[in-house]
Amino acid sequence: MSAALRTDTGAAHAAILGVGAYRPSRLVPNSEVVDAIDSSDEWIQQRSGIRTRRFATDDETIVSMSVAASQQALDAAGIDARQIDCVVVATVSHLLQTPAAATMIAHELGTEQAAAFDISAACAGFCHGVALANDMVRGGSAGYVLVIGVERLSDITDPTDRGTAFIFADGAGAVVIGPSEEPRIGPVVWGSDGEHYDHIRTADWRDVLASEKPSMPCLTMKGNEVFRWASFTMAKTAQQALDRAGITVDELDVFVPHQANNRITDAMARSLKLPESVRIARDIVDAGNTSAASVPMALRRMIDDGDARSGDKALLIAFGAGLAYAAQVVVVP
Amino acid sequence: MSTEEIRAALAEIVNEVAGIPADSVQLDKSFSDDLDVDSLSMVEVVVEAEEKFGVTIPDDEVKNLKTVGDAVAYIERNRAA
Repeated sequence: MSAALRTDTGAAHAAILGVGAYRPSRLVPNSEVVDAIDSSDEWIQQRSGIRTRRFATDDETIVSMSVAASQQALDAAGIDARQIDCVVVATVSHLLQTPAAATMIAHELGTEQAAAFDISAACAGFCHGVALANDMVRGGSAGYVLVIGVERLSDITDPTDRGTAFIFADGAGAVVIGPSEEPRIGPVVWGSDGEHYDHIRTADWRDVLASEKPSMPCLTMKGNEVFRWASFTMAKTAQQALDRAGITVDELDVFVPHQANNRITDAMARSLKLPESVRIARDIVDAGNTSAASVPMALRRMIDDGDARSGDKALLIAFGAGLAYAAQVVVVP
Repeated sequence: MSTEEIRAALAEIVNEVAGIPADSVQLDKSFSDDLDVDSLSMVEVVVEAEEKFGVTIPDDEVKNLKTVGDAVAYIERNRAA
């Protein structure tokens, strides 16, 4: 009875092999959101950098957007859905408590009953997923992993809330992560600060249902507090991710922070002292803040625009409700 | 540091963060009304000031710092403490 258990042996290293994104069809310019918040196009742009965003139609569901983004990532990676062993979905707007969106997405994609689950790490979810997938591939529990960030934040945003109505938007992004001969995903620097659990949140369903006029529990945010934390504390986290990967800012090619607010991106870039040569994701300008979807969507955009080229070193960082955060350096596929 | 030295150092920070000419950052000026420093820029100014002057300016305190003079006075009080 003393026989040792056999264990899995994984790949030496892991890599992002393909990136995909899905942008919802309905373009929503600032002019469409200003009246309900007594604001102006100029104020929104100055405050956030956002000019337009996209809202999903009824047909553009969490599952359908994820499938479309995943298909592009699979095609880019040259991997068939049947090779996927695990589907990890980061989202806060899959409005079904259970089951996870991931199982339906895995089925729709035609995986062979891949393991599938959702993770709840809000805007930081995608970078958490990359960290998990990296460890799965190296640990041997999966050969290829699909990591998806997807949101329909328009479903849980109050159009009359001046602090959030102009920020949040919809979309999906996905990556395929698999084995690699070279290290192409650096160590994750991640954590949480639950003392500020209330900074970004939705209402408790039980409170909503007990109220006289129950309505969808929408996101609320303490903007200035979050701005301070994101702009300065997160810049330190980003620096740690560079340090852990053994990369200096001068060796970095691309910076893809969560597209929370252009002002946060500016403050982080300044704190990190990024040289001019580092290309910075600005997808927020016409995509808005898509929470878990923003990093892969922004990365796909940079690849399409030629701003992120194969072999480039990219610093990813995502942060949000929790407060939860994760960052890592990856090599662009 | 004298009041004037603190004001001048703070003016440099405001200039760096918000691009406002340092010599217009005078004690009687309101950050939002006169200098057009919005609440996000104010957060950046506060964080830079914390570092520069070795003080802590909690989020709850920031809304009380309406003028440059308010901020300079707060820094003077808390540097001494």
